[in-house]
Amino acid sequence: MNNLFRAAFIIAGKDLYSEWKTKQVVTTMLIFSGLVIVTFSFAFDPSNNAVRAIIPGLIWVITIFSAILGLNRSFLSETKNDNLYGMIVSPTDPSSIYLGKVIGNFIFVLIVQLISIPVLFLLFDFRFFGHLPLFIIVVVLGTFGFISVGTFLAGLAANSKSSEMLLPILLFPIVSPIIIAAVQATKILLIDLEQISSAISWMQLMGAYNLIFFVLCFILFEYVLEV
Amino acid sequence: MKLINDDLTAIPEETLLHRILFYLSIPMMLTALYLAFIYTPVERVMGVVQKIFYFHVASAWVAFFAFFIVAVFSIMYLVKRKRIYDVIAGISAEIGVVYTAIVLTTGPIWGRSAWNAWWSWEPRLTTTLILFFMYIAYIMIRHMDVAWEKKARFASVFGIISFINVPIVFMSIRWWNSTLHPVVLGEGGVNESGGGLEPSMLFALIFTVFTMTILYFVLLQKGVYIERLKIQAERLKEKFQEKLAG
Repeated sequence: MNNLFRAAFIIAGKDLYSEWKTKQVVTTMLIFSGLVIVTFSFAFDPSNNAVRAIIPGLIWVITIFSAILGLNRSFLSETKNDNLYGMIVSPTDPSSIYLGKVIGNFIFVLIVQLISIPVLFLLFDFRFFGHLPLFIIVVVLGTFGFISVGTFLAGLAANSKSSEMLLPILLFPIVSPIIIAAVQATKILLIDLEQISSAISWMQLMGAYNLIFFVLCFILFEYVLEV
Repeated sequence: MKLINDDLTAIPEETLLHRILFYLSIPMMLTALYLAFIYTPVERVMGVVQKIFYFHVASAWVAFFAFFIVAVFSIMYLVKRKRIYDVIAGISAEIGVVYTAIVLTTGPIWGRSAWNAWWSWEPRLTTTLILFFMYIAYIMIRHMDVAWEKKARFASVFGIISFINVPIVFMSIRWWNSTLHPVVLGEGGVNESGGGLEPSMLFALIFTVFTMTILYFVLLQKGVYIERLKIQAERLKEKFQEKLAG
């Protein structure tokens, strides 16, 4: 068990370090989310008061589409020099490779959110009156669910030549419950604070989803990596 | 069942069960059509459009059943690693997608006259649509350009995950509807099989469901048969190439 976490942290550390050196993925994700915000500012006039209602959806659109960019890279970069094969034959549990990749991707997306969500609020002139701690929990829960399934399916899709096309098609239907729950909970916490009890039940759904799918992916990842 | 014990090395032949099911399905289909269109009375409020309901419900049931079979055979493939399990799961998913497409086309036709709208983001509809997309993704995995063992493994893993998702999608959207949106359009067309059905209508419905299930098995057997022929042809081709090379 200890070995599993150690290997996972080493893999995550390697990913973070190489990202720190090249700054490729996070920069691309940030530029992309900035472009999404700009596009939406043309589509919906930011000075209009009704635009407040689309902010919760916008947060998740940014998260999902920029996360896809990172997820596509996370296993494809390992196919160079047969790194993935090296990982498989190394004396570690395949689950620790999954865990390490999840940690790495999760941190990338959190960094992007940490920058792009305040920028979004700023550019759409959105004043935050909601419940901040709960809002942060919702963002973290939703991102974790999305990333844990996304990393699993990215590992699966990486075997195909057209993995960039395959991944979104595999991923979006599977994560639809977490996206629905995340958007609804975010909407309540940002705009409609009276209904906070139903936000809590959405968060319970997200918690249950994360638990089921994380455990399932953790167990099944072995079959994805098998040569 | 003979079907499952086969080891895929012999050239397949149509079994007796296959022929029985096939010749049973033809008169049953005709009877089902007769029951739905002539035997049952015309519904008072919705009129003739309601006739679609029998095939709609039957297709929905068969689609769910097909996806259940996919999940079962996916797990069996991962445990036993027999190719026939993978073949059955794949064929079942394809049939399930066809039936879901029937559900998703007959639904709006019915909805147009019952609700005056082609589509509503109602829990059942949304869930079915997501289900449809999930199994289209499943079929896309089956068309990946890798060796069949790999493909079979990925497809099994994905089949298990997407089946786990089905109840979650169903419950989550139900929850969303009850807490945030009032149900505007009633409980949706699919739910009507409860209480207030005319006995003749109920009989027609049950008969159609049964017929569609038989049709599912006919299609499944046919699909597995064709898939096995394909595998066999592939094998013979390889053998021939080896012979040419050697």
